[in-house]
Amino acid sequence: MLARDDSPALKRTPLHALHLARGGKMVPFAGYDMPVQYAPGVLKEHLHTRASAGLFDVSHMGQIELRARSGRLDDAAQALETLVPQDIVALARGRQRYAQFTNDSGGILDDLMVTNLGDRLFLVVNAACKTEDEAHLRAHMSATCEITALPGRALLALQGPKAEAALAKFCADVVALKFMDVAELTLMDLPCVVSRSGYTGEDGFEISVPADGAEAFAQALLDRPGVQPIGLGARDSLRLEAGLCLYGHDIDPTTTPVEAGLSWSIQKSRRSGGARPGGFLGADAILAQLDAGATRKRVGLRPEGRAPVREGAPLYAGADTTDAIGSVTSGGFGPSLNAPVAMGYLPASQAAIDSLVFAEVRGQRLPLRVAAMPFVTNTYKR
Amino acid sequence: MTTLYTTDHEWLKIDGDVATIGITNYAQEQLGDVVFVELPKVGRSVKKAEAAAVVESVKAASDVYAPITGEVLEVNETLGTEPALVNSDAGGAAWFFKLKIADKSELDGLMDEAAYAAHTA
Repeated sequence: MLARDDSPALKRTPLHALHLARGGKMVPFAGYDMPVQYAPGVLKEHLHTRASAGLFDVSHMGQIELRARSGRLDDAAQALETLVPQDIVALARGRQRYAQFTNDSGGILDDLMVTNLGDRLFLVVNAACKTEDEAHLRAHMSATCEITALPGRALLALQGPKAEAALAKFCADVVALKFMDVAELTLMDLPCVVSRSGYTGEDGFEISVPADGAEAFAQALLDRPGVQPIGLGARDSLRLEAGLCLYGHDIDPTTTPVEAGLSWSIQKSRRSGGARPGGFLGADAILAQLDAGATRKRVGLRPEGRAPVREGAPLYAGADTTDAIGSVTSGGFGPSLNAPVAMGYLPASQAAIDSLVFAEVRGQRLPLRVAAMPFVTNTYKR
Repeated sequence: MTTLYTTDHEWLKIDGDVATIGITNYAQEQLGDVVFVELPKVGRSVKKAEAAAVVESVKAASDVYAPITGEVLEVNETLGTEPALVNSDAGGAAWFFKLKIADKSELDGLMDEAAYAAHTA
């Protein structure tokens, strides 16, 4: 059952009062008092997002700006390339890219979104990691960049097939944005950064908005047809169905981007033989894995029965074998699939699609099939 | 028929030496959407406070404890195909299992409806 923590130390986002007014069931999450669900519940909120539009408060996430001391954006991009395996130099103005901060051994310190806003780079990082991320950036990039955290900005995500129509009422320009495009736009007289992105597998937007205008803006969005507030519970199940990694669960400092199935996010220019190979923390380990393949990988898993298989369940090659070969890192029920769904790590030799493995749940071995991800077809507007 | 309650939010309806057991409406509200129920095998002997069934919501799995010692006489197979019944009729059609009561004195420690209402207030 969900425990309520009334600890006064919990921080609040600018939308806290709105969550309470809307009947949000509040739980502690990454140091914040956040809505896990509203009156309809996780199942209906999940399906509503897939069918219509869901508004998520992600203001607890970190927003950070990087400005090169030289004034040349390229210097900031080159500096950031020492901390992430992605090509930031070639990231075009008004474009966003998924990236990871890596450590010396190639493990993932956090995953983030990087945007080129022309005169600066704009980063969105995970709530639980934002303090460490900022310190990491300062430790490695202070010589070249001015690093500014933006605690005075809220972040909203509007996701689902009706998101575009709802947001276009505030600014028609959003219609022209394609997946991973970003624009600085004025919405309700508020200076906003709008990206066409998100974590549900649905078309949608993330909107960075000044904190003092966030509640009125969120309320105005909720007044649009088909828009409902959605809690963290449905965010998790939507992300899981979309096959997207949750930091601290599917990826962490012990997993590399290659093992995590995120090689697609590492551009050719940073790989062996590319224009700017390596040069980031953990490059030796990551480039070796890109060249030779990782010994284990993150896979999608479909339990054959109805029982959800949760995070932490050990995975076995057979119904009677003794040594675990991996474990589940995210698992639950997929409302859009009306079936349980999971992700986990397996040895590469046992990770082929349709391979049969077993999870131990309450002393029983339950069969699961390795499955392609995403589990639901994404509807990004490309 | 007497209805009794546990602090773990199970209810028991007592009919002679048979107890029908489910989870309370308060419990299903806390759990949210129920998507899977695992029931004990008929014939299994369960001890008081032992995990006898599992109810899974979209988010989490929770144990349902045997409120008293006894033998499982019958389980509600409907919950296998309609787990959402727990959300719509927790106190009635969504009973979990029936126990043959081994020791009636174990019922003495359970709450009546008024005491349970005060417990969840």
